[in-house]
Amino acid sequence: MKVVQEGKKEYWRWQEYQKILSSKNWEKSDIITAGVDVGSVGSKAVVMINGEVYSWSVTRTGSNSPDSAKKAIGWAMEGTGLELDDFKYIVGTGYGRVNVPMANKAVTEIACHAKGANHIWGPTVRTILDVGGQDIKAIRCDQTGRVTSFLMNDKCAAGTGRGMEVFADLLQIPIEDIGEVSLRVDEEPEPVSCTCVAFAKTEAMGLLRKGWSKEKVLAAYTRAMAIRMCALLKRVGIEKDFVITGGQSKNIGVVTRIEKILGIERLSMPNWRGGGLDPMIAGALGAAIIAKALYERTK
Amino acid sequence: MKQIITHYGYSDASGEYYVVIDTAKCDGCAECIKQCPKAALELVTLLVDLEDKVVAAVSEDHRKKIKYTCSLCKPEKNQTPCMTACSQKAIRCVWNPI
Repeated sequence: MKVVQEGKKEYWRWQEYQKILSSKNWEKSDIITAGVDVGSVGSKAVVMINGEVYSWSVTRTGSNSPDSAKKAIGWAMEGTGLELDDFKYIVGTGYGRVNVPMANKAVTEIACHAKGANHIWGPTVRTILDVGGQDIKAIRCDQTGRVTSFLMNDKCAAGTGRGMEVFADLLQIPIEDIGEVSLRVDEEPEPVSCTCVAFAKTEAMGLLRKGWSKEKVLAAYTRAMAIRMCALLKRVGIEKDFVITGGQSKNIGVVTRIEKILGIERLSMPNWRGGGLDPMIAGALGAAIIAKALYERTK
Repeated sequence: MKQIITHYGYSDASGEYYVVIDTAKCDGCAECIKQCPKAALELVTLLVDLEDKVVAAVSEDHRKKIKYTCSLCKPEKNQTPCMTACSQKAIRCVWNPI
């Protein structure tokens, strides 16, 4: 038997990374806290020194939450000289929050995301759309990052990070490029009708067979997701300033369409490859901020 | 205490349906949980101004399938078992079909 050798590429695979803000240093006497956000697709950890971000990591969630949490905080500590004992307080959050072994406390993501967004963009943030790996949250908050309204949609993976991973693989487009590719259409096609990612995939394959280009299929899928996200936002109400957090904040195809439908632009994406904070860490960052507040209250 | 209103549900081509809980009003008495025919509700601990507050929420297991879980009670509008059980009027089921 002779088999055809194929180059196997994993188009869905997004980059894990760690970042240390080198301008800072830590001492044992500092209030060192951390937030660990174990999401369904990504696990994030943020280390704070006296309430300022020191380092963070963005990693893929594995098959079990405790190991994913260990990996995330391990990466965030790597090269910093920090050990788990140096932390005064650690808060776990996200889908796997109750399975963060090193955490002093688990806090629901309801409280964490808004605190994180408030830290990243400042006190003018009022509406947050968090597009995570497997769910979408719409959050309203006040100038202190305190939540006034929280919405979680019941749909599974469609329109979320996981859905985009599936489409990256189906269309063989690297996940980082998917947003940009979806914008390469002369006019917007009709959105796909399916809200379940498994059915949407089937529908997309039908469209490809009908002769649609990859770009057009992706545009139809991305548009359907943007429409759904905007419907969720309408339920909680949209007030400026508006921001997007989670992995899909980096998907320019989704973001551009949301802005167009809402008629509101989001606050610009921080330069997270430079010295800025990554909107993907909003939940972990909020958890680290809450960790500091909880620690100070115990004293 | 300032309010945090939580919404669990969906918006899609058929309309919108949300279980809306005013966590400032909810006193965590768990009557809605006892009355829910699908056991779709649970008590969760929210952190409100650094204090723990125990309130009702749609359970983690049901958050992704509310469309099916709540379909039984949905037509009852303002008379769903969870709503009639709540003495604080903290829980509402909002259904706006298109």
